[in-house]
Amino acid sequence: MKKMLVVGASLLILAAFFGVIAMTFSFGSPKMTDMDDYFLRYGQEQTGSNNECTAVVFDFRGFDTLGESTVLFCAIIGVALIFRKMQGGEEYEDE
Amino acid sequence: MLWNLPFITVVVLTLIGLVTVLLKKNIIKILMGINILNSAVNLFIVALGYRAGGVAPIFTLAPSELMVLPTPQALVLTSIVIGVATSALVLSFAMVLQKKYGTVDIDKIRRLNG
Amino acid sequence: MRMSRIVRTAADILYPTILIFGLYIVAHGHLTPGGGFQGGAVIATGGALVIVAYSYKEVTGWLTKNVLMGQEVIGLFGFIGVGLLALAFGQVFFFNYLANSGSLFGIPVPYGINAGELYTAGVIPLMNFAVGIEVWGGLTIVILYMLSGLEKEEC
Repeated sequence: MKKMLVVGASLLILAAFFGVIAMTFSFGSPKMTDMDDYFLRYGQEQTGSNNECTAVVFDFRGFDTLGESTVLFCAIIGVALIFRKMQGGEEYEDE
Repeated sequence: MLWNLPFITVVVLTLIGLVTVLLKKNIIKILMGINILNSAVNLFIVALGYRAGGVAPIFTLAPSELMVLPTPQALVLTSIVIGVATSALVLSFAMVLQKKYGTVDIDKIRRLNG
Repeated sequence: MRMSRIVRTAADILYPTILIFGLYIVAHGHLTPGGGFQGGAVIATGGALVIVAYSYKEVTGWLTKNVLMGQEVIGLFGFIGVGLLALAFGQVFFFNYLANSGSLFGIPVPYGINAGELYTAGVIPLMNFAVGIEVWGGLTIVILYMLSGLEKEEC
């Protein structure tokens, strides 16, 4: 019973704190749009693609996509290493 | 208050994710809580880049010229793929744990080996 | 275990359709919403349909793990190779050397709303194909490995 009161009180304090911060954002009018105005005006001529999101992901910010592909590759290698079968049909060695 | 509804949804989702990670005993529920936190952060980043009355930033047969910002959508693409990679890895950890200990209760998976 | 004949026939008919739809999403990444990651996930869903309809022993006869792992490696190294090829032209890493140039993918596009032309956007369709092949191989191999880890449970 005491644990539920403590959890409820801390949840209320966290919700009030985050809620006050969430009220200061304005939805529908972003504050600083200089870089995106440049992308929308000149992105189609310089890269030649009609899709602005693909132009940003693969051309203006291609280095982030390289890092993301590497993270995906390493995670899949990790999954393949966990389910490895040893010689005697065991899943992993028990020491 | 209703005009800020996406940001209030972000706060609610963050609190649900935090409560699930901290207070649940089943290991699969804890991993689902991590996924909920991922979704809350992605929604926050996309909701920051909306212009009122705008359309998608694609020039193929677009209705009008007022477009939303394309950079937050590019960052969220990367974030979703990293969330998929994280979920795959921790779920395979949970499978190996269940096979070795026979249970998914984290109060019983406490003895160190040896 | 094998599903009934109706489910197996439906999976046989649906798998090429899902494959072509996913490759369409990958190939038109610079004109419509989509791209490499989204199309690769759609094709991996088609692979999951075949794995559910047939039993695990039959599926490992067709979708071998070595071929899928090779596909993933070719995808990642193709992506890096396309970026490194820009160094041979005297520019920086990941420069778009085929856009507005008149060769393979290089028709120039003026500013404004138009109907979309497939041979534009330079290096971006090649990168889309590389990432699509990588995500296809990667997600299918995760499903196959997790199934093989369950095999001793006789589920």
